[in-house]
Amino acid sequence: MEVTTKSMPYGDWKDNEYIESLINELKANGTNVIVGKFDQLINWGRSNSIWPLTFATSCCGIEFIALGAARYDMARFGWEVARSSPRQADFMMVAGTIVHRMAPVVRRLYDQLAEPKYVIATGGCAISGGPFRNSYHVVKGVGEVIPVDVYCPGCPPRPEAMIYAIMQLSRKMKVEKFFGGVNRKESRKEFLRQHPIAENK
Amino acid sequence: MANIQEIVAAKFPEVEITQGETVEFTVPDAKWHDLATMLRHELGFDNLTALIGMDWGELLGVVYYLTNTQTYEVIRVKVTTADRVKPFIHSITDLYKVAGIYEREVYDFYGIKFIGNPDMRRLFLRNDWVGYPFRKDYDANPEINPVRLDHEEVEDTTVSYEEENGKIVKKEHVIFRPEEFVVNIGPQHPATHGVLRLRTAVEGETVTKIDLYLGYIHRGIEKLCESVTYPQTLHYTDRLDYLSAMINRHGLCLCIEKAMGLEIPRRAQVIRVMMDELMRISSHLFAIGTFCMDLGATTMLFYPLRERETILDILERTTGARMTFNYNCIGGVIADLHPDFQSDVKKLLEIMPGAIKEYNKIFTGNVIANNRMCGVGVLTEDAAKDYNCTGPVGRAAGWAYDVRKAHPYGIYNELDFNAVVRTGGDSMDRFKARIAEMEESCKILAQLVDNIPDGDYCAKVPKIIKLPAGHWFQQVEAARGAFGVYIESDGGQQPLRVKFNSPGFCLAGALDHLVSGQKIADLITIGGSLDYVVPDIDR
Repeated sequence: MEVTTKSMPYGDWKDNEYIESLINELKANGTNVIVGKFDQLINWGRSNSIWPLTFATSCCGIEFIALGAARYDMARFGWEVARSSPRQADFMMVAGTIVHRMAPVVRRLYDQLAEPKYVIATGGCAISGGPFRNSYHVVKGVGEVIPVDVYCPGCPPRPEAMIYAIMQLSRKMKVEKFFGGVNRKESRKEFLRQHPIAENK
Repeated sequence: MANIQEIVAAKFPEVEITQGETVEFTVPDAKWHDLATMLRHELGFDNLTALIGMDWGELLGVVYYLTNTQTYEVIRVKVTTADRVKPFIHSITDLYKVAGIYEREVYDFYGIKFIGNPDMRRLFLRNDWVGYPFRKDYDANPEINPVRLDHEEVEDTTVSYEEENGKIVKKEHVIFRPEEFVVNIGPQHPATHGVLRLRTAVEGETVTKIDLYLGYIHRGIEKLCESVTYPQTLHYTDRLDYLSAMINRHGLCLCIEKAMGLEIPRRAQVIRVMMDELMRISSHLFAIGTFCMDLGATTMLFYPLRERETILDILERTTGARMTFNYNCIGGVIADLHPDFQSDVKKLLEIMPGAIKEYNKIFTGNVIANNRMCGVGVLTEDAAKDYNCTGPVGRAAGWAYDVRKAHPYGIYNELDFNAVVRTGGDSMDRFKARIAEMEESCKILAQLVDNIPDGDYCAKVPKIIKLPAGHWFQQVEAARGAFGVYIESDGGQQPLRVKFNSPGFCLAGALDHLVSGQKIADLITIGGSLDYVVPDIDR
């Protein structure tokens, strides 16, 4: 199964092996045909209306605004409904440097996102601390605080790169098991057990 | 100049006077407040331009830059203390309002406590942070200050240090009483233009007090600069106020070039000025767009961004980037202009007048816009000087301070343009001042576009850049106001101290003054009209 869009040949995508590993996982689990069809239908809907949380700390946020404006126009893809409340959003675009003071806030915002939720680490700072890695007050990548689905490099990434990052996320959504998979409700305790990222007091 | 030195020397014989880039007074802490009072009230130095904490190894201290707003004369005052365990310096918050927030910054970074400052809390770092990071003996071990995922304790009280009968007494003050209704705004809020956090006490709909929390994007850029060589410091400025990236970098380059005594080729100077003005237009376009979006006019966001993309295309053709350009370098610019640069700029100059007319038609005359902006957040001229609000905000309040006019740099003294000055000082004036400034920038571009001289775009610079021992202060007019760069060198390849004196920091400091007594919905209007960029505040 090749997960792609109409306009883009499968060979042009990067990280196809990751998507294929997800597909193999799906196949190995052996889902019921009816549930599988419903999964496909829902995933088709989900992957075409990904709502971002407006969360930007610095430069990358400006490119994210440019992405929403007329030239790059993310509305074409069904992503235009940028939500200010994490409870209404599907994914979090961590656009900018995360510093020590911000880390607990990022964690809380992530916890407030409704399942299924995703994170895109946008720009060098969110990936690894970027040019500020040696600073006393910068977290060395948002991955230390929350789990990340897609990394989008650049300083800042161009809006085209951000489109590509969200398209990759959309591909990932298409091959997920929805019923009995990502459509789950879990306790906070369980969540923290599964994501032992940093010590949580 | 000699006049001031004589007056000060006559009244304060203990003051050491040296003549460097500016006149420098070195004053013992006991006499500092008296000297400041005289400078402020008798000699007309009514603007505190910069307040810089310093660590010279043995001594801790503070360097002040004061400006006389009539003559634009600048002086420098140095106050030091040898006590590294309990350093105290007298505050000048009662003389200059902006000193309040500046002194909190110095306390946060150096641990110097200011006697008489009513609010001595940390500003950028968490209140459980250990140590003072800008001190040379700071221990940066990540185990001492790990990434903490627990939330900070909310503080409703603050401390101050007062002098009573020769002793320093610690006093506690209440910020918010338990019966006050406190609304938390930010740090994740789309209308704060970044991660600014405001704790706002409201009575009904009226704001009574704002407590500012900074540091949610504090990256410690100034400290990072101390550990890299001069050419390596340049790229940090692009990420400070990313909307006026070129101008910030121009400022740092000018400061280093001034210290080296480097002559810049004329072609490079013209290119730099043109890039600055393109940057200023794009920044103001973004500012008015997001400001209108904050007020609910989402459509208005898209029109200025359309022209902004045109400018970004021009910049991208030459520099290869849309935002962090890395274009200015020590000695000039890093690459020559794209062959299409002139024709692109001419095309831009053709569309800009029509575009500005369109913005005015869509938004400026709108009844709702007028009701929400006129008379909201009035800043008087004296308050602008007191809070050091420069740029379009200060000029809308009637303070005609434009660095391009007051301390011309580059080729600005040869150009024909006006510093836009308005008198109302409300949100509408700030909005209109930005639109008028775009017209002035277009005027500058029109004068230069056909007059770019041939020649080198970069001067010959040594491979290893070392600055002589000394200190330099250079201001440039960024899109949000006067952006100052202070460099102190001990003669090595790395700076001893770099300070970016950002305009947004002072604007955020004036927020409590502007919003108290207004409605909570006006907080968004005022914040949008001040147009601060939070990474510029936090650095």
